[in-house]
Amino acid sequence: MKAMKKLAYIFTLLLIPVLLAGCDSKLIVFDPKGPVARNLSDLIVYSIIFMVIIVLIVFVLFGFIIWKYRARKDDGDFEPEEEEGNHVLEVIWFLIPIAIVIALMIPTAKTIYEVEDIPQGYEEEEPLVIHVTSADWKWIFSYPEQGIETVNYLNIPANHPVQFKMTSAGTMQSFWVPELGGQKYTMANMQTNLFLVADQEGSFYGRNTSFNGRGYAHMDFEVQAMSNDDFNEWVQDVKNTANDLTEDEYSELLKPTVIGRKTYNGTHLEWIDHAHGGSEQYIDSDLYEIHHGEEGSSSEEEEAEDAEQETNDNAEQESEQSTDSSTHEGHSHH
Amino acid sequence: MSLDKLLVTGDPLILFSQIAIGLTMVGLVALITYLKRWKWLWNEWFTTVDHKKIGIMYIISGVLMFFRGGVDGLLMKAQTSRPDMEFLDAQHYDEIFTTHGVIMILFMAMPMLIGIMNVVVPLQIGARDVAFPKLNALSFWLFFAGAMLFNLSFVVGGSPDAGWTSYFPLAGKEFTPGVGNNYYAIALQIAGIGTLATGINFVVTITKMRAPGLKWMRLPIFTWTTFITSIIIVAAFPILTVALAYMSLDRLFGTHFFTVAAGGDPMLWLNLFWLWGHPEVYIVVLPAFGMFSEVIATFARKNLFGYKSMVFAVVGIAFLSMLVWVHHFYTMGNSAAVNSIFSLTTMMIAIPTGVKIFNWLFTLRKGRIEFSTSMLWALAFIPCFTIGGVTGVMLAMAAADYQYHNTMFLVAHFHYVLIPGVVFAVFAAVYYWWPKMFGFKLNEKIGKWHFWLFVIGFNFTFMPMFFVGLDGMSRRMYTYSESTGWGAWLGFSALGSLVMAAGFAAFCYNIYWSFRYADRNVGSDPWNARTLEWATASPVQHYNFAKVPEVDSLDDFWYKKKAGKLGLKKSDIKPIHMPSNSWTPIFISVAFGIVGFFLVFEWFTLAIISSVLIIIGLIANTFDYDDGYHIPAEEVEEEEREWRGELE
Repeated sequence: MKAMKKLAYIFTLLLIPVLLAGCDSKLIVFDPKGPVARNLSDLIVYSIIFMVIIVLIVFVLFGFIIWKYRARKDDGDFEPEEEEGNHVLEVIWFLIPIAIVIALMIPTAKTIYEVEDIPQGYEEEEPLVIHVTSADWKWIFSYPEQGIETVNYLNIPANHPVQFKMTSAGTMQSFWVPELGGQKYTMANMQTNLFLVADQEGSFYGRNTSFNGRGYAHMDFEVQAMSNDDFNEWVQDVKNTANDLTEDEYSELLKPTVIGRKTYNGTHLEWIDHAHGGSEQYIDSDLYEIHHGEEGSSSEEEEAEDAEQETNDNAEQESEQSTDSSTHEGHSHH
Repeated sequence: MSLDKLLVTGDPLILFSQIAIGLTMVGLVALITYLKRWKWLWNEWFTTVDHKKIGIMYIISGVLMFFRGGVDGLLMKAQTSRPDMEFLDAQHYDEIFTTHGVIMILFMAMPMLIGIMNVVVPLQIGARDVAFPKLNALSFWLFFAGAMLFNLSFVVGGSPDAGWTSYFPLAGKEFTPGVGNNYYAIALQIAGIGTLATGINFVVTITKMRAPGLKWMRLPIFTWTTFITSIIIVAAFPILTVALAYMSLDRLFGTHFFTVAAGGDPMLWLNLFWLWGHPEVYIVVLPAFGMFSEVIATFARKNLFGYKSMVFAVVGIAFLSMLVWVHHFYTMGNSAAVNSIFSLTTMMIAIPTGVKIFNWLFTLRKGRIEFSTSMLWALAFIPCFTIGGVTGVMLAMAAADYQYHNTMFLVAHFHYVLIPGVVFAVFAAVYYWWPKMFGFKLNEKIGKWHFWLFVIGFNFTFMPMFFVGLDGMSRRMYTYSESTGWGAWLGFSALGSLVMAAGFAAFCYNIYWSFRYADRNVGSDPWNARTLEWATASPVQHYNFAKVPEVDSLDDFWYKKKAGKLGLKKSDIKPIHMPSNSWTPIFISVAFGIVGFFLVFEWFTLAIISSVLIIIGLIANTFDYDDGYHIPAEEVEEEEREWRGELE
């Protein structure tokens, strides 16, 4: 027993630096950079307070009871009394959870309705519409009003509502930018909607959270919130320098690969919106065949090829630093 | 089809396993042959219809699968222990987390719990066996055939790789063209039929076979939870059957129930899967609640506090379990109203669960708590499960779930529910009922090592996952970069998993040690327990009870023991009717396994030919007129005298 206690002690000591390491930088969910995420973060903190109270009560009661009523060598033949139960007590611990559930349910429902709409304070502005198309294993962002399209990065104006119209070109994905708001699934033949606002400029980490095969871990993107002027300037820049998106290029893009950033003039919405069917014409099952342990079957090689292709592409200057896109360059909140 | 497509080749880890599996098989066959045990195995185990032996076979399978699933877990922990680790490639990692999930839920938790139900429930209700003993054997062998077929995927053809939830479209043929997910569809189907039959069997057993006087409100709480669980099984497993049938049709015959092409609907899969999958969570956790209740009452030396409210809580949880499945996809774009309703139904589960926690605490209060290994598991369950429970409430809040969904926070939560709620319970139950099964106790000292290592390891493995989840790490990522800052958390978590594995190793060593050295003289009631199963010999005789007991109250055995009214009169002993062994359950199940294998590889001609075997088995079974046999009174008397001494 002594050895075991020692073991427990050593482990607790070991845990302390780990816990402290977590404290000196804020966890991403508690570090919101926009009203939607702030709303969610507030709700989470509110619920945690309740949960900590519940846990404390149970732990204290538990510790007290097992200490006080432990079998002792000197308690002789002490035989505990039988107890039927106690209606008053049972009703109490039936009613208290009900009260807690109500206390949690009201703000939850309120928040659910709020996050499904344009955030408060931004209702007056016309939201920027961005179509999100998730594919294996990349994110395609179309700006129909601007007539441009980006892959694996997203530039948005700060302090301005953005409406995402989201769909998938095949498997199911989930679009998540934790510092800006909660996630939502993207599904083929369907459209989901998400409103986000970044109320400060900066770079945020976004990723897919719904597992969709080999390239899944690399399916992340950077969201850059910039001033209105910078955003417009960037759009102009793209229109002047980026290559046109062709149908051939687009079907190449939809093949299951991990690639870096890309930027195009024009959007694929001109010939297909995956929210309304037609995805199957781009799906080639042969490309999903797996070969165990063979060199090159993993995404790295494809990635390298694409990276090469990309550097040859002179329209990509603004994203040159991202040729190694798989290393989560967007996630730099620490 | 070429050989390299049939056998998984190229990966050194898998190659090593292939060799290891091959050698183990050859070694086992050689050993059994050398010991001349084939006939014994066939007569005593493979063809048995005895609920206790079937239960023990379930438990052995569960322990083996726990090993397999545990190794999967360790491999995953090794891969994520450091940023940019190159131990497993993405494909291998995907296969491992998929099989880890399926094996732990369906081929570890389920057989462990069903095994313990099989051993204990007929004894707790004073029955000689379950209602349909032969069907019970068929259930086990179908489960076993399914489990073996699923494990075969590891070395033959390739493992499933779409997650244990197998979401479409990913699980469809166009995105996962290999045979891996065929294994998933067919192995689960075969095992699922077995489970459904078990559910039916236990509903009938508990309804019809209770000893005289054992009214519903006198049922031991474990029997109650088994009964409610069986009802959920009967309600939920047909949904899985249908879902898997659609999945098989999609994958094998090109229909489009769930696929994107030709207008199939992937959301239909999510709905069907979770309509089964959420109740499944309670199928594994409710019997565990029952086990804890028995253990806590016994080692606190008190009756269960608030027995009636415990029963109502279980019924309430079972009812609510069918109404919450949408919380698995709050983020699929439901209306705010739908998400609000399912938030509420989900949170409501916390109410009866809270009632149970407080009832357990008050059972302990004013008791005389004895810290046996079994009791330690039950006690550790309370704080650990509370953490799982409160994080569950957090996840239930749909809006907040937008931030937790599919993250490591969720992974931490369900491990905090399932490991204390199921694994701790299984360990508590194994230590508790071990003497009933084998006639000796497991070693308490090694048991305590097992306990402390496992519980400490468990907390250190899963606690950090809450934090990486809140820091933006999604589940199922095989790698991450240094800049994320998750390395320290996950490295620590990996260390914890090693400690947990050491705990499991201590458990295995305990079984070995106890089989060799444990004291065989522990009596029939070594824990001074309260329920009927302790009224008979340990290990239990083939016929369970020489005379079917009569029950006058809740915890009847306890009061009769106090009053010294447990004796057996010679005149009460009559010849006992028992069912005969049968070869048809194992035969039919092996046939199912063979047909399943051919279906996995889409060799339809072979599948059709071999399915004749199933039909032969069924016909042979139909013409089986064996009505069982009688154990003569003298034989019963002799056996009873052996453990009771002279009869009155």
